[in-house]
Amino acid sequence: MTTTQLPTPRHAAAPGPVAPVPSVTPRRRRAGYLREQVSGWGMIAPAAVLLLAFVFLPAILGFGLAFTNARLISPRPVEFVGTDNFARLFTDPTFWRALLNVSYFAVVVVPVQSCLALAMALLINKKFRGVNFFRTIYFLPVVTSMVVVSLLWLFMYRKDGLINEILSAVSFGLIPGADWLNDPATAMPAIIALSIWQAAGFHMIIWLAGLQSISGELYEAAQLDGASRWHQFRYVTWPGLKHTRSLVLVTITIQALGLFDQVSVMTQGGPLDSTTTIIYEAVRSGFKQQETSYASAISLVFFVLVLLISAVQRYLTREKD
Amino acid sequence: MNKRFTRVLATSIAAAALMGTLGACGKGSSSATTEGSNEITMWTHAAGNPAELAATQSIVDSYNKSSGAKAQIKVQAFPQESYNDSVVGAASAGKLPCIVDIDGPNVPNWAWAKYLTPLKLSADLSKNLPSTVAKWQGETYAVGYGDVALSMFARKSDLAAAGVRVATIEKPWTKDEFQDALTKLKALGKWDYPLDMGTAGAGEWLPYAYSPFLQSFGGDLINRKDYQSADGALNGDKAVEWATWFRDLADQGFMAKKSGKDSTQDFLNNKSGLLYTGSWAADKAHAALGKDLAVMPTVDLGNGPKIGGASWQWGVTSGCNNTDAAMDYLSYSLKPENVAAVIKATGGIPATDGAAALIPAFAEGGANRIFMEFSREYAVLRPETPAYPFIATEYGKAVQDILAGADPKTVLDKAVKAIDANIKSNGGYKS
Repeated sequence: MTTTQLPTPRHAAAPGPVAPVPSVTPRRRRAGYLREQVSGWGMIAPAAVLLLAFVFLPAILGFGLAFTNARLISPRPVEFVGTDNFARLFTDPTFWRALLNVSYFAVVVVPVQSCLALAMALLINKKFRGVNFFRTIYFLPVVTSMVVVSLLWLFMYRKDGLINEILSAVSFGLIPGADWLNDPATAMPAIIALSIWQAAGFHMIIWLAGLQSISGELYEAAQLDGASRWHQFRYVTWPGLKHTRSLVLVTITIQALGLFDQVSVMTQGGPLDSTTTIIYEAVRSGFKQQETSYASAISLVFFVLVLLISAVQRYLTREKD
Repeated sequence: MNKRFTRVLATSIAAAALMGTLGACGKGSSSATTEGSNEITMWTHAAGNPAELAATQSIVDSYNKSSGAKAQIKVQAFPQESYNDSVVGAASAGKLPCIVDIDGPNVPNWAWAKYLTPLKLSADLSKNLPSTVAKWQGETYAVGYGDVALSMFARKSDLAAAGVRVATIEKPWTKDEFQDALTKLKALGKWDYPLDMGTAGAGEWLPYAYSPFLQSFGGDLINRKDYQSADGALNGDKAVEWATWFRDLADQGFMAKKSGKDSTQDFLNNKSGLLYTGSWAADKAHAALGKDLAVMPTVDLGNGPKIGGASWQWGVTSGCNNTDAAMDYLSYSLKPENVAAVIKATGGIPATDGAAALIPAFAEGGANRIFMEFSREYAVLRPETPAYPFIATEYGKAVQDILAGADPKTVLDKAVKAIDANIKSNGGYKS
């Protein structure tokens, strides 16, 4: 056969001599379509099964458990208790404190970390000797586990730790270092600083990918027009990063709301609840205090919050064509 | 079917099969109760402690080789941090092993949850240290090889230099003497803080270490009459007095709000003058300081010195299909020579005089004999109620908040409210 595999509209519209072709192509087309469908579903299958088993099923179970009195250890049958858990949750000052802490964390981390990551990406988006060295250095904290990072910073934040030693050396002993993690005023800022340091490298890579997708010709044109560095950034780079911007914003926000590892390792929510978070409260209730249903209620509220916030962000950063 | 489709299908099937196998493996590795014939499994939390694990293993080996062995015991060790979670997980899946070890205060909780079955041992437990036998509602559910005891360590030379007497069992320090001792020790100017209470500790350390002070003041974690409420016990005048006293120790600069990670090492490195710690640190301190080490009872804050009772103990699970063999093994393992071997490895206090006689340090006049007396004289069991794990987390948080500067009465009231609500929502934890 000499016909092309996929008929163009011109073929389909052509009369007489090419008439047999349409009679063959629909079948071929169907077969090809089916094949694509099957391979598509086949490729999705492993991920779908995993997602179903480890994300959706537990989530659905969690929704259900939030309205019962289920416990981790108990000989008593599980009973439906309606919204009791939520009533208790909304009158629990620790929960509101956790909410406040998470908001504080997100409000600081989202802008600071994304700006820092962008600055780092701009710095290393150049061609010079040793650029890979800097890329590696900036990215290094990301590949280190947050638990390990927290343990290390735990030592640095101590009263006689590295940070206070540096402060005292730089200021010739004028600045007495704080007891960073044991003071309600400094504990959260200390965790924020560590978190930004650890995760900025990850978003730097995303920014970098965005930067490299901007065509070099635009910069050449801008330079020919005599645009300054700032103008190049303002009118070429920034608009070119539109999609990257929404991606970074949404991922940082969701990560910030899920703050847990640092708190669990370094402060256990203290001192005086100044670093407790929603996830930390859920884990504490569910595993340490064995109150599965209450922990499920916390998780459900958290889920709704994250959903709302990401929906709002998606709406604000939508394509406005 | 064409080639590509076949390939995709094959890959998917392989992936599904792989996951199925993984699932099956997960089931297989912990199926202790389903395995056939004559092997039963025993879980221990000692994976992080090679000496203790080796001692336990050698008891098991000698039992397995003995002619009277009713089953072959297989030991599976877990790290202590994840041990409780493993047991709870296995219990939810119905896959508990036959023999488990349990931290003493958790026994009522596990007995209430029907994880454990009452012990029927041929060994005589009447001579055991009371805190090594865990009872709930009149039944014995677990038994330990030994206990540990809290105490105060100091250097005799420091006490002499400060003009402070060495406290003894006959005459422990009173609250005023303690205050006086700390003032004098601080005046020596040798340390940043004269006292180290291990305030960096977390988890079970907090109720274990600090609820005895509360009890010495006259308060408690819960009303022990019926275990239904903490009101009055944990937030009464005595409890507030305790909290204020404890907080003052930090405010007066006697101890750090958060001590170093390793209190024992800090004490040995001369970073603190008085150390509040357990008998497990004694061998190390003796080796480092020799005759200069003073091991003293903890402080009498009104109702005599108190220390926490109960350490890790052994129990048999209710789902075990060879209870007979499990009980037989436990009875065998409680022989004095076996108990002595484990105690030597863990630095505890032997549960029986028979075992104590086999360890020179615990014989009359031995260096560690004093801990046995502490245990007999001062030990208070942590409340024997299934609510204990919940009480422990609430009390631990209260301690941390009080140290961080919160108002004692408010914090304690909040803890009481949470504990009472928890007990109520569990129907009073009645079986």
